[in-house]
Amino acid sequence: MTYIPISPKERDAMLATVGVKSLDDLFEAVPAKHRFPKLNLPPALTEMEAQAELADVANANENVRGDLVSFLGAGMYHHYIPSVIDHMLRRGEFYTAYTPYQPEISQGTLQAIFEYQSLMSALTGMDVSNASHYDGATATAEAVSLAYAQFRGKRKKVVMSPSLHPQYRAVVNTYEQGLGVETAGDTESNLNLSPEAFVSQVDEDTCLVIVQYPDFFGRVYDYTKLIEAAHAKGALVCVVANPTALAMFKTPGEMGADIVVGDGQPLGIPMWFGGPSVGFFTTRKSYVHKMAGRLIGETVDNKGQRAYVLTLTAREQHIKRERATSNICTNQGLLALASAIYLSVLGKTGLAQVANLCYQKAHYAANTLGKLDGYKLKFNDTFFHEFVLECPAPAEEVNAHLLEHGILGGYDLSRDYPSLKNHLLIAVTEMNSKEEIDMLAEVLAEVHHE
Amino acid sequence: MSNTPSNLKYAKSDEWFDPATGKVGITDYAQNQLSDIVFIEIFVETGETIEAGKAIASVESVKASAEIYSPAGGKVAAVNKDLANKPESLNSDPFGEAWMIQLEGASTGDVMDAAAYEKHCEERAH
Repeated sequence: MTYIPISPKERDAMLATVGVKSLDDLFEAVPAKHRFPKLNLPPALTEMEAQAELADVANANENVRGDLVSFLGAGMYHHYIPSVIDHMLRRGEFYTAYTPYQPEISQGTLQAIFEYQSLMSALTGMDVSNASHYDGATATAEAVSLAYAQFRGKRKKVVMSPSLHPQYRAVVNTYEQGLGVETAGDTESNLNLSPEAFVSQVDEDTCLVIVQYPDFFGRVYDYTKLIEAAHAKGALVCVVANPTALAMFKTPGEMGADIVVGDGQPLGIPMWFGGPSVGFFTTRKSYVHKMAGRLIGETVDNKGQRAYVLTLTAREQHIKRERATSNICTNQGLLALASAIYLSVLGKTGLAQVANLCYQKAHYAANTLGKLDGYKLKFNDTFFHEFVLECPAPAEEVNAHLLEHGILGGYDLSRDYPSLKNHLLIAVTEMNSKEEIDMLAEVLAEVHHE
Repeated sequence: MSNTPSNLKYAKSDEWFDPATGKVGITDYAQNQLSDIVFIEIFVETGETIEAGKAIASVESVKASAEIYSPAGGKVAAVNKDLANKPESLNSDPFGEAWMIQLEGASTGDVMDAAAYEKHCEERAH
């Protein structure tokens, strides 16, 4: 991208055009003391000195690529990232988050997004995928917008499962506050109840029911009955899914879900410091006109050659204005591409192997930790790669002890669920070796004996 | 040159109303302006009573989106449910197959006859 500096001549021409003599005159409306504040900056450094200082700052971080052994998940997961992803992402041609408008000069990017959409539709078992959203939480909020628009605002209630990610719940509440949507479903319900238990909250005013798969606690349920019950009330159902788990378990599409969303981070994107990520959004063909975001379609050009273009754009806000479902068109192009490369490189078999490794290792860990003195597994349900461990001490203390031994512990559930004091959400992926799990068990045993 | 049947009444916003049958749709001029129509959603339901000027449907073409307003008020006797499955008929047969709703006991709002509507279209062409 070209950086265009301003020359004194150009500046003076602009000042003359707006009719002021100097920059001071231009900024007259700004109180003088705020106009050109003296910045308290240290003296300038040479490049070598700056490099050294920044390296010092960066080295103060502890990461999961060597510094710490991680059992932290709760929405972001430590998976292996094949090196080919970075090699392709760093090509300058792909360096934008935006969907290109001009198909004539953007076939590569458009095809990449089309492939991403096809992969996500296959993975979720749905008909159509958009070009992506910022992350799983905003994709979930966009599902609410779709459902609200589908009923033309006549149904105002959204029912969220008690085991939906608490941060997703918070984003939905923030995102939809201007729409007049009423959200129902709390985090204080009895968490041992079956998912069908909260169907009683679904009524004729409900536009959407949101469940998570596997749920926030890692548990896997077949939502077929819940979806049928919600449909009987006329409501749509959105399943927030972990994409890795979809390689192993029944797809939400097979269960009858209307919308499937989720965070694409497990598909070849580092955890970084909590983001950026990519949100996937898939739905049934019948709802595509109410779907937010960009959509790429395959067609033929005037010579009969295969070509890719933006499709069904008239539903978007730049054409439909205030009548559009959402004001979001931006996608997360670069990271969607990362997910597409990840899925292509692993293939169907490879992704299933990753899922199986996560599953087996998590079950070995649950088995081992559940037998430790003072520790207990909170739930007995089927789970994928995350489980809840009841500890003999507050989760915060347990984690502090683990950190002393170079282990990043689980997610402290008391932060969101007051009833789950002393409970850790432990995530295990293919990156965790048996030795690491055994070490976790040893250190946890120490906590109990102290 | 657009087709403008003389037996129909027309709204400024390019919808037609047939006083004989009570049917409502969009004009040939409108479909031509929108170009290839790919989606229609009709908001009103059979049995509902509507006023003239009410938004009854939303139409999307490959390049534009438009709200459709009823030129007449009355009780909705029928809704053309087939239209959603073949939105392209709005381009090929706007006055026939592609009717949107049928009104009972209808009273028109601000409408004009075919000659006045043709003039209205011509004026916009310049």
